[in-house]
Amino acid sequence: MHELAITESVVEAVTGRLPDAKITCVNLEIGALSGVVADSVRFCFDLVAEGTNLQGARLEISEPAGRCQCRICGAQFDADGPIALCPCGSVEVTIVSGQELKITSVQVA
Amino acid sequence: MCATCGCSGAAVIRLVTADEPAPADGRRAAGLPRGVRDLREHRTHSRAAHDHGPHDHGPPDHPEDDDLLVAGQRDSDRTVVLQQKVLAKNDSLAQRNREWLRQRGILAVNLMSSPGAGKTTLLERTAAELAGRLSISVIEGDQETALDARRIRSAGCKVVQINTGVGCHLDAEMLADGLQALDPQAGSIVVIENVGNLVCPALFDLGEAARVVLASVTEGADKPVKYPHMFRQADLVLVTKTDLLPYVDFDIRRYAADLRKVSPGAMMLKLSAVTGEGMDSWYDWLRRRTPAPQE
Repeated sequence: MHELAITESVVEAVTGRLPDAKITCVNLEIGALSGVVADSVRFCFDLVAEGTNLQGARLEISEPAGRCQCRICGAQFDADGPIALCPCGSVEVTIVSGQELKITSVQVA
Repeated sequence: MCATCGCSGAAVIRLVTADEPAPADGRRAAGLPRGVRDLREHRTHSRAAHDHGPHDHGPPDHPEDDDLLVAGQRDSDRTVVLQQKVLAKNDSLAQRNREWLRQRGILAVNLMSSPGAGKTTLLERTAAELAGRLSISVIEGDQETALDARRIRSAGCKVVQINTGVGCHLDAEMLADGLQALDPQAGSIVVIENVGNLVCPALFDLGEAARVVLASVTEGADKPVKYPHMFRQADLVLVTKTDLLPYVDFDIRRYAADLRKVSPGAMMLKLSAVTGEGMDSWYDWLRRRTPAPQE
């Protein structure tokens, strides 16, 4: 359940950046290949935010899809999981998106 | 509850060294070896909730939060753009650990596997057989107890136990504390035995130079495809308990093929820490990566 630690990192980062602001919304990006389950972060968020200036804040999570590029044939293709195989059969692929794990912005009252 | 400031909701880090006198604490006396030291830190909750400043952990110390934050810009609609990596703080601390280790020519290896794959047994034999040839010390990560630290200590190895409590992985801050307590010598090897878990430790950079993932033949050959996040980041995969191969259904060719799909660059070695088969290749791998100390 590393999502608990991830969620704690989110709250700590926002609190550290904006210690005196009443946060009403937190916008996150959690990519499909990031290894973090967005629903678990949602589950943890209210618990972790309690007692901080994020208490009661809305959590908005965008989940960018996985996308890879083959290092052999150069093709780009969608990857719906962390085991990415190019249609050409190559396993030599570079992940170009889907690994995001980022606080994009917050809204303050 | 945090022993430093009394606040609640904190993960507790307990660093246990095997060579300090045990406190008069019944629970620890039952579960931990001679020498228990609590370095309880309030860690995961906001510093904004506290009046006191960051703790002095000695080298490698922790950066101030301000160093970690990408400057946001405030617009008129009360939206503050942060564009900050969620794990920015951990990654920054990991980088500090990495630099601290590099300056001392210390090879840090992050050893990860499911519980029971043979990490501690591997280290026991490694410590015993390399004694006098390579200097090795160990940082043990478990949720509770110092049972593993006791085993490593018995093998003649300097060891620090980190108990994560409810935590399912080590992070860079824990390693910084662990290194401070361990005080490894320059030019040595520090093996970090992470909490037994094939999921969570994959996400947290500690500052290690290499990631080694163990999978025992008794676990089945499907681990690389079941836990791709872990195996994708492995520099070396050790297939352990090969002495049991005659008794289990483990298709090593399938395992190697699946590993290549998940992690094309990972090296794979087979070994048994009971019979000694394959151990020399593991020692060679360690020896080749141990850097020379830098002035």
